[in-house]
Amino acid sequence: MKPLESRNAAETEPVLSVRDLTVEFAGPRGGAPTTAVRGLSFDLAAGEVLGLVGESGSGKSTVGLALLSLHDPRTTRVTGSIRLAGRELVGAAESELRAVRGARAALVFQDALTSLSPFHGVGAQLAEAYRLHHPRAGRAEARRRAAAMLDRVGIPAARLRDHPHQFSGGMRQRVMIAMALMNDPQLLVADEPTTALDARVQRQVLDLLGELQREHGTAVLLVSHDLGVVAGTADRTLVLRDGAEVESAPTAELLAAPRRPYTRALVGAALRLDSVPGSALPTVDEPSPARLFARRPKAAGRPERWLMEAEELSVHFPGRRRLPALRAESVRAVDGVGLRIAPGETLGLVGESGSGKSTTSRVLAGLQRPTGGRLRYDGQDATRPDRELRRRLSREVQLVFQDPYASLNPRRTVAQTLDTPLRLHTPLDAAQRRERAAELLDQVGLPAAHLDRYPHEFSGGQRQRIGIARALAPEPRLIIADEPVSALDVSVQAQVLNLLMELRERLGVAFLFVSHDLAVVRHFCDRVAVMHRGRLVELTDREQLFEAPHTEYTRELLAARH
Amino acid sequence: MAALDTVAVTGPVPGPAEPSLLRRVVHDRVGAAALAVVLLFLLLALAAPLIAALYGKNPVEHYGQNTPGLLSDGGVPMLPNGGISGEFWFGLEPGLGRDVLTQLLYGIRTSLLIAFAAAGVTTALGVLAGVAVGYLGGIADRLFGFLANVLLAFPTLLLLLAISPVIQSRLVDPNAAEPDWMQFLVLVLVFSAFGWIPLALSLRATVRSLRERDFVQSARAQGASRFHVVVRELLPNVRSQLLVHATMAVPAFVASEAALSFLGVGVTEPVPDWGRMISRGSEVFRSDPTYLVFPGVALLLFVLAFNLLGDAVRDALDPRRAR
Repeated sequence: MKPLESRNAAETEPVLSVRDLTVEFAGPRGGAPTTAVRGLSFDLAAGEVLGLVGESGSGKSTVGLALLSLHDPRTTRVTGSIRLAGRELVGAAESELRAVRGARAALVFQDALTSLSPFHGVGAQLAEAYRLHHPRAGRAEARRRAAAMLDRVGIPAARLRDHPHQFSGGMRQRVMIAMALMNDPQLLVADEPTTALDARVQRQVLDLLGELQREHGTAVLLVSHDLGVVAGTADRTLVLRDGAEVESAPTAELLAAPRRPYTRALVGAALRLDSVPGSALPTVDEPSPARLFARRPKAAGRPERWLMEAEELSVHFPGRRRLPALRAESVRAVDGVGLRIAPGETLGLVGESGSGKSTTSRVLAGLQRPTGGRLRYDGQDATRPDRELRRRLSREVQLVFQDPYASLNPRRTVAQTLDTPLRLHTPLDAAQRRERAAELLDQVGLPAAHLDRYPHEFSGGQRQRIGIARALAPEPRLIIADEPVSALDVSVQAQVLNLLMELRERLGVAFLFVSHDLAVVRHFCDRVAVMHRGRLVELTDREQLFEAPHTEYTRELLAARH
Repeated sequence: MAALDTVAVTGPVPGPAEPSLLRRVVHDRVGAAALAVVLLFLLLALAAPLIAALYGKNPVEHYGQNTPGLLSDGGVPMLPNGGISGEFWFGLEPGLGRDVLTQLLYGIRTSLLIAFAAAGVTTALGVLAGVAVGYLGGIADRLFGFLANVLLAFPTLLLLLAISPVIQSRLVDPNAAEPDWMQFLVLVLVFSAFGWIPLALSLRATVRSLRERDFVQSARAQGASRFHVVVRELLPNVRSQLLVHATMAVPAFVASEAALSFLGVGVTEPVPDWGRMISRGSEVFRSDPTYLVFPGVALLLFVLAFNLLGDAVRDALDPRRAR
């Protein structure tokens, strides 16, 4: 979808007018209050889409919630002015706000599953949303409207009685959009509406949102951390950092010529499919790096010995028994996958959620027993490893996880976390292990003074660095990284990718890099494997995959990238 | 904390270290008061012999019977308000004529000894069972579920009423009195046998969700032993749950012990005990209502203080309130 043409905002009064919006959260136990949003002002005309972009903690979601006064009034202080169609919302009575919410201003959240009631059919939920604001409408009329609305977002009326869990993620988000537009609101606040969705579905939902928005003439505030989402959807974009505006401009202008260094870094850090693979990425500290990380010389054909080989690998989970046949249909998470990783090589594993890529990586990491197929490590059979090989595998194959908040034990200090692999796999004594832990921290760009801190004292990017340090501790030959940067902000993502590329260059470790993000995979990997529904669809060199994909599925995946 | 988009995510600059648990409990006004009362009771229990020596009375001597003029012929204290005087600060026990203050003081020792021992044993058992079963899962988990259901269905009170005489007749010489330690042991054992299940159940649930977390997977992938995973990775994460359980278990056991003694199957004469004092107080309530007041109020204060302290500890450990 193309960005909409900017309308002449001067001729009509803006639907939403925010002036000097400041939101403060009371500190814990009477401590100093935290200011989440400071002095923000913007206007939103009818039919306009404003993208609100920022990284974690920038206060962008707080703005979205404040527009509908959804904060807990006991702990939050909202000052300034929010005028929706000429009506002041800051300090308005609760009864007045209730009339606004859902009718004049609606909200779409990131997670549709938790936003919908699990016990009611979607049709009933939509009808209820209508009747709330149209008390005189009868049941039949509300149901008719619900059916029409669902039909409009592409869900057949036959599914009116289905419950939210029976829909896929994209369908649920459509239901949410239908519900938000049920009462023809003047303002729609969409808070990360597509973040939880796969790229292909994301595109579809965004297109639908744009279509409906034009049809109804709704003003949309699109809150997102992803510049790519905003780029294709919003007329204007406002960049938020630490609760304050950094820059605001028409989207095309902002992306083409960002004025402020922060915006420039943000735009530059967002990887696109035209980056130079293996080059250092721009970060906030270093907006225009010129470095190109040394690449592994391309192995001509087959290496002497593959580091890790998987043949016909499959993992079937026992399924639930269904009545007519009473035979358990097993779920084939991984179905006959063959992979090979050469020493020092980086293999990317790409697929949408549920494609079996994580399960495959878990099998290679030894966390999951395969139900079929063979696994070889360094020439030895590792399908059922004996004690010695298992020890070797647990030393030479290490893991980096997606969620930096879950991958570190919150009750153990960094020193203790790094100590575990060293104690298990090296003969070092306590003092030497501490020294080595300090060295590892230094290697990932953290000061050794942080050794005795707990994970909660670090930011997400720093935690991911600690996770990488832990993986490096026993000097592994293969690192399996399962979506290592997808939970991070773009600028942090760039820093962590730079770190990984630097470490790869210095240490010559092989990587299995699991990701759903094609741009990241293209930038980082030598060869790429594409998985779809548990099967390997394509496995080829990077250049070939991105320039001349063999299969229809890969082409679709590439097309969904904005 | 896994959300990507929360304001609470700490920035690159780490904040100051979190205040200690004690600080946070004391910061809460109710918590501070509860802690003070609990500490006062502990101090009184510890210093009971010293206080009794300074005060010049002991909990077993029958002052009312030995000294004429203190009790009437019917065994009721002569002085008003249960015989409160400069000599006997909290009055005298009707009938036997023992000193109420020292009995109360030594009664704290009885209650606390049993409650702390039972809380210790149940916590240990609960942790062992809950963490092990939660981590192992599978058949161990199913067996445990069954056992827990059976034990929870057991009528604890009836069991105690039934086995208490059996134990006495089996293990104690019919002519000798049951030794004190045996009474204590029986009570602690019965409390422990049933008290560990709730903790084990809640720990099992916690550990089940923890074991799927990445940091546990990471330790497993690095080749850590089960022992390491349980002791180093899992236990530290259930610490707060344990602390809350233990603080809440103590007052529950104090109340149960008093209830059992009230029914006559708890601690027997001559060991001072609040439950028995309350029982005696209810018997003589018509002639001497004051006697019921002291142990009643003491028990109420004690249990209330401990419960409030438990609440304060839980609040202090709650990450949502600590933020």
